[in-house]
This record gives sequence, C-alpha cells and structure tokens, in this order.
Amino acid sequence: MVILQRNPVMSAISLIGNFFCLALLYLLLKAQVLAVLQIVVYTGAIMVLVIFVIMLLNLGDETKLTEKFDVRKIAGVVLATGFLLEMLYLFATGDADVPQSANAQEIGTIEAMGSAIFSRFLLPFEVTSLLLLAAIVGAVVLAKKRT
Amino acid sequence: MQLSLSAYLGLSAILFTIGVAGVLLRRNAIVVFMCIELMLNSVNLSLIAFSSYRGDITGQVLVFFVMAVAAAEAAVGLAIVIALFRNKQTVNIDEVNILKW
Repeated sequence: MVILQRNPVMSAISLIGNFFCLALLYLLLKAQVLAVLQIVVYTGAIMVLVIFVIMLLNLGDETKLTEKFDVRKIAGVVLATGFLLEMLYLFATGDADVPQSANAQEIGTIEAMGSAIFSRFLLPFEVTSLLLLAAIVGAVVLAKKRT
Repeated sequence: MQLSLSAYLGLSAILFTIGVAGVLLRRNAIVVFMCIELMLNSVNLSLIAFSSYRGDITGQVLVFFVMAVAAAEAAVGLAIVIALFRNKQTVNIDEVNILKW
C-alpha cells in the first residue's frame, strides 16, 4: 500500500496504519514499552513531520508511475523478489522454532527496560542524546532560509 | 495466543522487501524516505521477536536506540528534502544529480 499509492499523502496514511499494526504485534510479543513508544514516536512524531513536509511542499500525484516501465524498475522488482525469496528460504530451512521465553512477560515492562538502559546501556544512551542534539542542530541549519 | 518465531521473521522479511522495492521503484524523495522507515520498522520487529523468544532484553534496548536514530534521521532527512525543494523545485530524485560531475 505504501509503495503503490500515487499520492504521497495516501502512502503516508497507509504507513501510519502499518505502524499501528506493528505496535499491536509488539504487544503480542509482550513488549509493552516499545508498543507505546512505536505509536508515540513513529505515528506521533515522524509521520506528523512527514505529512507536514508533504503539505508544505504541496506535492501532486505522480502521473508517470504506471506508464514508465523501464529496465531499472524491472531490475528493482527482480532484486526485491530475489531478496524476499532468499530470506524466506533462510527462515524456512533454519530450525528457529523455539518456544516463547517464560520471562518474556517481565522483560517487556518499563521497569526492566529502564534498569537495563540506565545500568548496562548507559553510555549508548548518553551518546543517543548527543546524536539527537546534533540532529536538531543539523535540521535547523539545513532548513533555515539562506540569507 | 502464540505465533511461531518464523512467522514474525517472515513478516519482517516481507516488510523489509516492501521497503526495498519502494526505495528501488519510487522516485519521490518523501516516499523513498517512508520506505526507509518501513525497513527500520521491519528490523525492529525481528529484534523484538528474537528478544521476546530468547528472554533477553538487549534486543528491546537496541530497538529503543533504533527508534531514536530513526527520529534523528527523519528530522535531518526532511530538512534536506525541504532545502532541496527550495533550490530545485522538485523532489524527484532522478532530477537531483548535483553530486555527479
């Protein structure tokens, strides 16, 4: 749905639906914190940003999506399909069918996440804050009007 | 309700392939951008599946960091798209070839 729509707004809305379904799957996998974070961060922040940019740039439909079937598109479809088949073959042949872990209920809670982040993963957490700061500054500098 | 780990991995593979196909096929920079988000999400799904089935929280912490990086990437990427549109009046990535000599 995301890649087949011609209007970027429609594909963005499809992507939002996809994010909600993924959040439900995270709940099914007993990762409650990440399900909430998925909805808040992705559909709440990133997709709002994307839709805002689409509205700001006032993009129309792409008219030449279907009529242009050149070699590159065929190559793209072939590559993507081959990639999918390869991965599905790997997953089908590997014996990955372990039962869901017994303590999956405990590790998905915000308490376990928080204690892991602030003890074992404290340094990556701080580096992430630096990364976000750099991204904020970079976005402002890039989007600023040249004077 | 129990799904097998292979089911989650298969869904993740399908989502990733949709993202790859979108990046390869679409010429709109914003749609390419959303497809990259889709690929990041499929990797998140497989990480959470492994984490849940293995009983190890490391995968979920990694997903947390991936989300932070995705947010940063979204902000910077959309700023680039806006700057590009201001300069060239297009978001078609075929017409953006100023890095070629």
